[in-house]
Amino acid sequence: MDRLSLTIGNYLVGNAKEAAGIELCMPPARIRFDARCAFALTGAECSARLDNNPIGIGQRVLVEVGQTLDLSVASVGIRAYLCVSGGIDVPLVLRSRSTDLHAGMGGLDGRLIRRGDILNVAPSRESYGTTSAVPLPQPGHSIRIVPGPDMDDFTAESRELLFKGPWKVTIQSNRMGYRLEGPTLIRQDNGELKSHAVFAGTIQVPSSGAPIVLMADAPATGGYPRIAAVIAADQWRLAQVPPGASIHFEPSSRAAALLAFQEQHHYLERVQRSLRAH
Amino acid sequence: MTSDDAQPDANETGLSAVRTYWVNETAGVLEICGATSTQRQRRIWRLAERFRFYPGVRDIVPGMNNLTVELDHAAPDLDNLLDALRTEWRTSNAVKFPPRRIDIPVHYGGPAGPDLDEVARHSGMSVDKVIRLHSAGQYTVYFLGFVPGFAYLGGMNKRLATPRRREPRLAVPAGSVAIGGEQTGVYPSVSPGGWQLIGQTSLQLFDLARDPAALLSPGDTVRFVNLGKNQ
Repeated sequence: MDRLSLTIGNYLVGNAKEAAGIELCMPPARIRFDARCAFALTGAECSARLDNNPIGIGQRVLVEVGQTLDLSVASVGIRAYLCVSGGIDVPLVLRSRSTDLHAGMGGLDGRLIRRGDILNVAPSRESYGTTSAVPLPQPGHSIRIVPGPDMDDFTAESRELLFKGPWKVTIQSNRMGYRLEGPTLIRQDNGELKSHAVFAGTIQVPSSGAPIVLMADAPATGGYPRIAAVIAADQWRLAQVPPGASIHFEPSSRAAALLAFQEQHHYLERVQRSLRAH
Repeated sequence: MTSDDAQPDANETGLSAVRTYWVNETAGVLEICGATSTQRQRRIWRLAERFRFYPGVRDIVPGMNNLTVELDHAAPDLDNLLDALRTEWRTSNAVKFPPRRIDIPVHYGGPAGPDLDEVARHSGMSVDKVIRLHSAGQYTVYFLGFVPGFAYLGGMNKRLATPRRREPRLAVPAGSVAIGGEQTGVYPSVSPGGWQLIGQTSLQLFDLARDPAALLSPGDTVRFVNLGKNQ
């Protein structure tokens, strides 16, 4: 869900950004290491202890055989990412190591990780630069959106209300979509749309008038009106907003959205450069 | 697909109005205004083929009367995508190829087709007639979506149209053959679903051991073969 944090974590332990990590949604969690490796925690801010020694997020930690990592409840954000040097060794399925819970494929047998599971770590190169910590990007509840193709079908008032909010992320939210609660958005035209592609970030408005933001596990196609889309650079931020919290939408242009993504890309390049072994 | 075109279809060149738009900062859509037809879908598939080697392409998704092309943020021609969609559309025509025929064997009714009676009741026909009409039809795969391997089929006899269930089922078994509104299809995997279940096939619609994993592709011709009624 929060790809940015996963990428930072992978870079911290010397992995390519495609290496598999573990997404821990709403810790607590406890992990025992049966192999020597390096790990990094990114994403949600939760206090972590390695055999009772506090560990910060956004840094590389070397771990010995038999050590135990304890994560407590997150204070900021909801998804913590645990990356290990070499990456979690799960097979490539359709060129990806991620888990599709809906289709039951990828990752660890297409399912959630359960208590007692043993995960293998792929071989790593075990040489690191002197830098072991990086500055992390700021989370927040202000989410930038670009207008969607069906925005003009909504009443002028509804278009204003979209930006006025606030929008509460309801508990009926999951990896497929965040259902939002707030003002009712009214579409002037009530014709059905023909099925079309949808993406993570697409904001759909069913006839109930309550928007749904599609997330990482969005279906391939949909049919509800698309009032707007969360810009790629802010999708990680939304992924860290807990159910029950409120967000605001800020208007963005397509050019600004591209620029924001480019800035994020440059930040990741700086992170990668600072961590490079010399 | 072979792509040697004969003459463009007179009804389908230049005359049909299209519009293009962005759905987010990197994905553009070409949409044909007006009714859906197999001929129009053929032109959509052709357009999809043409974009396969567009620089920085991430995903190409044919929809109903529309095509979405998603590019990388780093794609060199990002700002020209909508123009490219229009240009390619103007100079393209329908894919002409012998369609692949795929037969889907179906056991109608019984525990795996609990809504067969409901479809019969709604359409005012006997169960046998429903089975006959459903298995007599020739269907075209318009596009894939929903869950991996799910094909949206065009061509169902309108007399079979039955509204979706008011309460969707939480877990429709894999292989369920179903009717939803004016469409019919097969659930590739266990998933929630609101369509009326009329039977089941043992064919695997989605199988990772196969390449491609999805049994059906846009343009395929599908028939349902009646293996008899389950008691």
